[in-house]
Amino acid sequence: MTANYETREHDVLIIGAGGAGLRAAIEALAQGASVGVVCKSLLGKAHTVMAEGGIAAAMANVDAADSWKTHFRDTMRGGKFLNNWRMAQLHAQESPDRVRELEQWGALFDRTESGDILQRAFGGHTFKRLCHVGDRTGLEMIRTLQDRGVQQGIDVYMECTVTRLLMDGGRVAGAFAYWRENGRFIVFKAKSIVIATGGIGKAWRVTSNSWEYTGDGMALAYEAGAELMDMEFVQFHPTGMVWPPGVQGILVTEAVRGEGGILRNKVGERFMEKYDPKRMELSTRDVVARSIYTEVKEGRGTEHGGAYLDISHKPAEYVKKKLPSMYHQFKELADVDITKGPMEVGPTCHYMMGGIRVDAETAQSTVPGLFAAGEAAAGLHGANRLGGNSLSDLLVFGRRAGLAAAQHAKRSSTPSIDNAQIEQAEKELLAPFSNSGSESPYAVHRDLQEVMQNLVGIFRTDEDLKKALAELVKLKSRAAKVSVEGSRLFNPGWHLSFDLKAMLTVSEAVTYSALARTESRGAHSRIDHPSVDSAWEKKRNVIVRESGGMSRREVPIKPMPKELQEILDEDKV
Amino acid sequence: MKEATLRVFRGDSSGGQTVDYRVPVAPGMVVLDALHYIQGYLAPDLAVRWNCKAGKCGSCSAEVNGRPRLTCKTRMDDLPQDQPITVLPMKSFPRIKDLVTDVSWNYRVNRKIPPFEPRKRVEWKISQLDVDRVQEFRKCIECFLCQNVCHVLREHDKKEQFAGPRFFVRVAGLEMHPLDGLNRAGLLKDQLGLGYCNITKCCTEVCPEEIHITDNAIIPLKERVVDEFYDPLTMLFRKIRGG
Repeated sequence: MTANYETREHDVLIIGAGGAGLRAAIEALAQGASVGVVCKSLLGKAHTVMAEGGIAAAMANVDAADSWKTHFRDTMRGGKFLNNWRMAQLHAQESPDRVRELEQWGALFDRTESGDILQRAFGGHTFKRLCHVGDRTGLEMIRTLQDRGVQQGIDVYMECTVTRLLMDGGRVAGAFAYWRENGRFIVFKAKSIVIATGGIGKAWRVTSNSWEYTGDGMALAYEAGAELMDMEFVQFHPTGMVWPPGVQGILVTEAVRGEGGILRNKVGERFMEKYDPKRMELSTRDVVARSIYTEVKEGRGTEHGGAYLDISHKPAEYVKKKLPSMYHQFKELADVDITKGPMEVGPTCHYMMGGIRVDAETAQSTVPGLFAAGEAAAGLHGANRLGGNSLSDLLVFGRRAGLAAAQHAKRSSTPSIDNAQIEQAEKELLAPFSNSGSESPYAVHRDLQEVMQNLVGIFRTDEDLKKALAELVKLKSRAAKVSVEGSRLFNPGWHLSFDLKAMLTVSEAVTYSALARTESRGAHSRIDHPSVDSAWEKKRNVIVRESGGMSRREVPIKPMPKELQEILDEDKV
Repeated sequence: MKEATLRVFRGDSSGGQTVDYRVPVAPGMVVLDALHYIQGYLAPDLAVRWNCKAGKCGSCSAEVNGRPRLTCKTRMDDLPQDQPITVLPMKSFPRIKDLVTDVSWNYRVNRKIPPFEPRKRVEWKISQLDVDRVQEFRKCIECFLCQNVCHVLREHDKKEQFAGPRFFVRVAGLEMHPLDGLNRAGLLKDQLGLGYCNITKCCTEVCPEEIHITDNAIIPLKERVVDEFYDPLTMLFRKIRGG
């Protein structure tokens, strides 16, 4: 059989073109590597574009007392001390430089009176720390990185989906992918691969995530033998839209609360007084999400099952200036003028703290040559991420991954790829065209979303999680049988059949890990184990593929060096 | 539940036709929801681009009842329900399949534009007033609806000579960046074909971000090109002569 795929070769292949992928690409290129970036959507449409509130960096432009130490402490506290402390340290130390660098590449942030980058308050941050552009910081960031990367000479493979990592013995050798446009195959050869594919939100019904966030990067790494960790920690953002039905889950930025927005229940109580009287609306996301959920569950929800979020006490012009896209979003999609009345909001599946287990300095996974950064990687955020720490994560660890991947490529010989792997990948991908029967990938996806929404949501129990695992087994066998109609030309049903497998893999990892963690910490809340168990502060769940299937281990957390422990001990609250 | 008919283009580069689909209409539903319903229940291979579904990424552009729109921001209840709602791909770009068009030309044009380059020994202090002016251009979400309606591209297909409104917005953002040190007037005149624009404002009308493309980006850039390349006295003389 003649090859029915094209071949491209790069030193470093980056999967994903959001903030982390693009920052990695720019760095790898600066190191002299040839760089290819593969992305499922058009360039510039990745989820980074949706990030609204800002980039957390202790620049101390507004609150002079801020420093990396305070940022480190806030991040560790927010993550309930489960964070990889070295990552939290590097992140706090390096993010101001990464922001300045963006500015030097042309990003324009809102300013202070004295002409410096303006910073705003956000949940869990002691000081005003988020560098922002109104409520569209992510767009500013992705455009800046995209233009910089393209001008520096990255090769971008748009609308191209990687379905399998190709191996040379124990190390990565490349990736197998297809063009979404025409369904043709493409094989990438690479010495290093960076996974920057983002999260897994599409496995839940109510989510702020787009179709792309199906956990495929994590699943690719898992299939290649890499370890996943902290998979039980899924962030439900407290404020998604709840009405009308079509917009349910769309994000309402935390900047609304950062700018002074107030949460109330249907009887007008400012209910955060009950749950976190000190920090109120600017408590951490896990706490605010649970509070809203509890209010609704106990019958104090709004007409459409949410809470009221009100910013209308601020001058209308101020709201329109600081929250322009929220103003338009509610006006156009929900007929609500947020300068005049409250929004209705409720929790939405937003972010994955868990992911590929990486080394803090190099972002390398447990597989040689395979790196991961951004949401696809685990560690920085521990059990709960603070708002604003995601964009800074992308920049800090995107750069580190790109740097280490380029250095790894320099040291490595060209790997070889045997044809059997490629043939296997082709066969798997084309199976839905020859499957008989009428199982639809959309139907399996809908059912998966119900299972994850109802059984692996904000509050979890042993019984629900076991039920979810049983359901996932059934869904996996259905997913193996899905059939698609039409041709390979831009065929979303076919595309979904692959994404579905990735979603099932990560869903299983989330559920296994959640079942094992018999305590409540950060974003993981067990009704049957409502308190924190100090034994679980010293270990974490790691998921790895074994011949019999998915296997879980508990791995001890390395003790923190004294100087970092001292930072945490200062100013005990 | 109420129902509506969507009349959606099905086909590829070789041709095609519209197909009618009956879709249940929920409160607040947008056209993209209806297209997703069709994919999920009626035509799983219907090709549609989308991402954020919140008007922030600019992926889901199409022509709804003849008007170029983001389908994620087009409410079903704003459209007459007693007749089919037509959804066609953007006309100015080559068709790939159904509602998906080949927009890669835009990315090639973008490569011609030199990025931000700070002036030498610049001090990184900027006033909010300067930020506000430029932010209008930087909020572009690259939906390419302005490119789609611009008659220079849509009717005359001058893609080789003319960059289109999207990229004049981008250049305006760079040229008016308070710390930028480059001059892109020559590029605008010679490579991006700014002169082809005769300010019909079609682009401004369809911009979902409400950027004043013509007034705030294109006209100031045209003035810049004039200042740079045409001697003002000669221009005045021509004007008096009525040339």
